[in-house]
Amino acid sequence: MIDMILKLSLTLFMFAIALSLYRVIKGPSLPDRAIALDTIGVNLISAIAIVSIVLKTKAYLEAILIIGILAFIGTIAFSKYIERGVIVERKSTD
Amino acid sequence: MIVAFSILLPFIAAACIPFIYRRFKNIHLGWFVLVVPALLFTVLATYIPRIANGETFSKTFEWIPSFGINITTYLDGLSIIFSLLITGVGSLVILYSIFYLSTKESLHHFYCYLLLFMGAMLGVVLSDNLMVLYVFWELTSVSSFLLIAFWHHRKASRAGARKAMLITVSGGVAMLAGFLMLYVVSGTFSIREIIANLDIVQSSNLFIPAMCLVLLGAFTKSAQFPFHIWLPDAMEAPTPVSAYLHSATMVKAGIYLVARMTPIFGGHEVWFWAVSGVGIVTLFWGSFNAVRQFDLKALLAYSTISQLGLIMSLFGLGSAALHLGYSTQSVIYTQATFAALFHLINHSTFKGALFMMVGIVDHEVGTRDIRRLGGLMSLMPFTFTIAVIGSFSMAGLPPFNGFLSKEMFFMATVKITQLDIFSLDSVGLLFPIVAWIASVFTFIYCVIIVMRTFFGKIQPDRLEKPPHEAPIGMLIPPYILIGLVVGIFMFPNILGHYILRPAMASIYPTFPSTDEMTPHISAWHGYINTELIMTIGVVIVGVFLYRTLKKWRPMYQIFPQKYSFNSIYERVISSSEYRSDQVTKRYMNGNLTYYFIYIYVFFVVVLAGYMVYADVFSWDPSKDSVIEPYELILVFVMIFATLAILFAKQRITIVLLNGVLGYSVAFFFVVFRAPDLALTQLVVESITTALFLLSFKFLPKLTKEKVSKTFKFTKITISIAVGATVTFIGLAVMNYDEFEPISAYFEDSYNLAGGKNIVNTILGDFRAFDTMLEVVVLFIAGLGVYTLIKLKAKKGDADVESK
Repeated sequence: MIDMILKLSLTLFMFAIALSLYRVIKGPSLPDRAIALDTIGVNLISAIAIVSIVLKTKAYLEAILIIGILAFIGTIAFSKYIERGVIVERKSTD
Repeated sequence: MIVAFSILLPFIAAACIPFIYRRFKNIHLGWFVLVVPALLFTVLATYIPRIANGETFSKTFEWIPSFGINITTYLDGLSIIFSLLITGVGSLVILYSIFYLSTKESLHHFYCYLLLFMGAMLGVVLSDNLMVLYVFWELTSVSSFLLIAFWHHRKASRAGARKAMLITVSGGVAMLAGFLMLYVVSGTFSIREIIANLDIVQSSNLFIPAMCLVLLGAFTKSAQFPFHIWLPDAMEAPTPVSAYLHSATMVKAGIYLVARMTPIFGGHEVWFWAVSGVGIVTLFWGSFNAVRQFDLKALLAYSTISQLGLIMSLFGLGSAALHLGYSTQSVIYTQATFAALFHLINHSTFKGALFMMVGIVDHEVGTRDIRRLGGLMSLMPFTFTIAVIGSFSMAGLPPFNGFLSKEMFFMATVKITQLDIFSLDSVGLLFPIVAWIASVFTFIYCVIIVMRTFFGKIQPDRLEKPPHEAPIGMLIPPYILIGLVVGIFMFPNILGHYILRPAMASIYPTFPSTDEMTPHISAWHGYINTELIMTIGVVIVGVFLYRTLKKWRPMYQIFPQKYSFNSIYERVISSSEYRSDQVTKRYMNGNLTYYFIYIYVFFVVVLAGYMVYADVFSWDPSKDSVIEPYELILVFVMIFATLAILFAKQRITIVLLNGVLGYSVAFFFVVFRAPDLALTQLVVESITTALFLLSFKFLPKLTKEKVSKTFKFTKITISIAVGATVTFIGLAVMNYDEFEPISAYFEDSYNLAGGKNIVNTILGDFRAFDTMLEVVVLFIAGLGVYTLIKLKAKKGDADVESK
């Protein structure tokens, strides 16, 4: 029973990722796409957590944490790129 | 031992030349060099009596015994003729060159090349091993190339050297292939051993191909039709070189090869027709073309071609005796071979003298053009004597040695018509007729040499120097040669007995007695025979045709330059250069897309082609694991993301979609229980995305490339084919279970390496070597990025990178 529920929730997460992919592809603006990718990241965190329950292991906790960090950094990088056109700014004297 | 030393000595001397040249600046270098051939000639001449008694001398030095390649020297009747010619004419030519070349020329180069050539040539004629013979053979080509281009500041010299090199080396390579075939068939490189196992060779399928390839080598080297075109161009060399290489020695290497191979191949119909047919055509074509030349050296070059054809055809005719086998009747056909050997020596004597004569004229008058020469008889009487004797001997007149060999030549061609093998009864009659016509032309150009140079009116204003007699040193060598010309006429049987008779034994090893094959040469047979009538006819018709030369000279215009073999050669060379340039430009067009197309098409054709050809595709879906619906959805997500990349209009969209792919892959790593991979994948994916974004600042906006529909269609087809190939290979190898996987071993990692994480123990312990090198790769990449960014040309420096 619990296994079925876990599988079902995984399927739903994937469905959510597919919907977010539609937003990534379709746009129409760049921020839409960036946010969609961020959503995919969040969905992945949840999906991996469920997978680790299914597999009865603690090995994926680092992966979950790292996606959390990276999705944040990635979104920040995209935002900065969209806003300024560059990611790493240099001092104006350069 | 001495024989091997005589091959080695010229090479040692060549190595010493630069030291001698530096040490003794005041003395002409030629005097030191002269010692080498003179010494070798004397040493080799002491062998004559013993060789005449039927002895042969052989010695083996190991070189590469595991491949049967040993330096085996072999001195018999045939090789002593050639080695005496090489050293004898060599000494005379070096003596002549001392007076011909001034000390202002780069003499150390000249004599170094000449000694190299001499050693190589001795190596060719004294080697019994086919591979060693080939080595020396190519060495003669190379040193000849160097000698022809001796005055390398002249364009014509370089062109002539290149042409000679190209033709002789291609023939040499063909010959090498022929030698290898002989080795495959007989299992030995030794010529004598091949002759001993003749039955195996002659019954083999490779017999005819080997014969043709060896003949190709011989014909290119000896300037036979249609490979004769390099010889006239080689006349750009200094005259001593022309006299030595292109009349007496190198062009006779092919003749030597034919004579040496006659016991192996002779007696076969193909050999008979190839050698004698090509020879007789060369004889005619050379003499026919010699008449039209205005340059004395070019005239002599064509006459050399013609005379070489004569010798070659005689060897061909002589090989008929091997077909018939030994009998008292067949011995008569060996006389053609005898005549060939006889004329070989005669030709070296009078042609060497003639070349030296032309050199003297060129040296003292400043031109070789017969239209500017004339009336030199009273000014250069000694030179005139050389010209008369040399030319008349070449024309085949008594009392010179050319007469004897020409008579024997006619006799051989007449005799061969009586033979009824090889369908000779029908076309055999052509031999004496063509030979006779060629002899008429020979007579005409011989008369031209004498008459146009020494008779008529002198034209002082058209000459570059006031003409005067040559220094005595320049006259001595040709006088020795014309002395031989007359001497051989007077006492031909001494030469026949001591030199030619043992050589006959080398060519007809199966025939029991050489005495039978050695005819008594006599100038006057005591009665009028066919040959004498033919000679008289040659003289009468020749004189008549020379008188009317002006009237029929326009006949040569029928054969315009456009259709000569020379222009065919030029056109083949230039058009093949042009074509290969075109082809290369077509496929190496600098467009990266095309190169990827070549790579992928090759990949698909080879791999998919092999899978279809060998029918090895097998896929058993029953062994697949269960696919969960959520996995399926994620796969579709990846497929859509991939497809969307192809149609994206902005770079940033592509990067975002790429991020989707990377994260999805990481999720699959999680599902397939690879936590370490998932972690690494996530980090690397994020960094790559950041790097993409970083570099976007420097990239232009994404533009739609304009390509034709067919090209687009090709690209789509190729990508689908590549994808399909990879997929099918993946499916095919999935069920590969021939062997047990070795992963069970690593599961004991805690006991073996003290770690519970199998992946990490493999990376850091079991297979740490790979890890180390991966680290090195990252290190190099980091360094590379750093240098690419930091190292730029300083201001004012040459910008080498954007060249």
